Amino acid sequence: MALSKPYLDVPGTTIFDAEQSRKGYQLNQFCMSLMKAANRARFKADERAYLDEWPMSEEQKQAVLARDLNRCIALGGNIYFLAKIGATDGKSFQQMAGSMTGMSEEEYRSMMIKGGRSIEGNRVVGEDGDAQAHRQPQGQAGKAGRA
Amino acid sequence: MARITASVYTSHVPAIGAAIDQGKTTEPYWVPLFKGYEYSKQWMKENKPDVIFLVYNDHATAFSLEMIPTFAIGTAAEFTPADEGYGPRPVPKVIGHPQLASHIAQSVIQDDFDLTIVNKMDVDHGLTVPLSLMCGEPQAWPCPVIPFAVNVVQYPVPSGRRCFMLGQAIRRAVESYDEPLKLQIWGTGGMSHQLQGPRAGLINAEWDNRFLDRLIADPEDLSKVPHIDYVREAGSEGIELVMWLIARGAMADVAGGKPPVVKHRFFHVPASNTAVGHLILENSQ
Repeated sequence: MALSKPYLDVPGTTIFDAEQSRKGYQLNQFCMSLMKAANRARFKADERAYLDEWPMSEEQKQAVLARDLNRCIALGGNIYFLAKIGATDGKSFQQMAGSMTGMSEEEYRSMMIKGGRSIEGNRVVGEDGDAQAHRQPQGQAGKAGRA
Repeated sequence: MARITASVYTSHVPAIGAAIDQGKTTEPYWVPLFKGYEYSKQWMKENKPDVIFLVYNDHATAFSLEMIPTFAIGTAAEFTPADEGYGPRPVPKVIGHPQLASHIAQSVIQDDFDLTIVNKMDVDHGLTVPLSLMCGEPQAWPCPVIPFAVNVVQYPVPSGRRCFMLGQAIRRAVESYDEPLKLQIWGTGGMSHQLQGPRAGLINAEWDNRFLDRLIADPEDLSKVPHIDYVREAGSEGIELVMWLIARGAMADVAGGKPPVVKHRFFHVPASNTAVGHLILENSQ
């Protein structure tokens, strides 16, 4: 019998469960290696060569090179591990989180100061909240894209 | 015998640590947040414990995916603040209490909770930010600290129910220790926040405040809330709040004593991506 996964219908959200963890093991362990200053320096000097030392999929490597955190998460990455890439790049957690919404840094920061993203419309896939698939990317980027 | 005098609950957002370390606490963005902890720092001075039992989670710092302990108790003599990629926080090292920690481990494991015993571990912002919020910037932390790390990174995390029962087992363990030590138990993390995906930035202040109400008045009922409610209502990282139920389970009223006294309650949005909640509950004498 399959495991119960009631969290699959939460919009814009990937739960890091055993399946994701298995898929992302090498990707996350690569991120973990960036906790050491010497490894950060080697990664920065030649990202592709450093990534090639890890038995990650080509898709995972491309997602890291593009700093596409949503893609990294879909491929098994976990945000607490991916945050090590952000730290290597000198990015704050807010900049990293914001990058996954399509909003500019300023737009995201302003949303947080105003009380954050509303839960309304964002509980279940199929509602009309701003985290739903049909409303991506968010902010000016989305307006421009849909105009 | 040793006893638990109070429990403290607080978020442990890394940006709060960075604001303290970089001298930004008087910037307009941060002023309202730190104001909410002024009472707490004074209270800590007036109610200095002999030991803090500090429940927190490691954020892929001491534990990678090589090993993922659900509950880990730090039994070392000391713990070094970790380098999380930005260099270690300039805070005092954390002095442990190996004797009491080992006693608690032995008692709690015999009470059916399979703890992982950790004799070497660096501690990240999950542990040091609450210490900074409650103690300010001292040369040394005011007392020994027993780190207690809970897995909230890889799903499934322990249920609220199990955390609440674990708190009760910790209370029994503390009360079977002969030395007359005064302990505080702290539950940290939360409140609502989500750090990933298009739903990043989610805040649910109404849900958070109801959580605080229920944590004070009816923790037994609150402990029955399933994981999916935390994820859906408080964000994927809001699930850290189960850790607060460990501290709450260790309070006297849960074992038939008097209800605790609410000494302080504070709520603020935002700190970076997160809703900050804070409570101090004292056991009635």
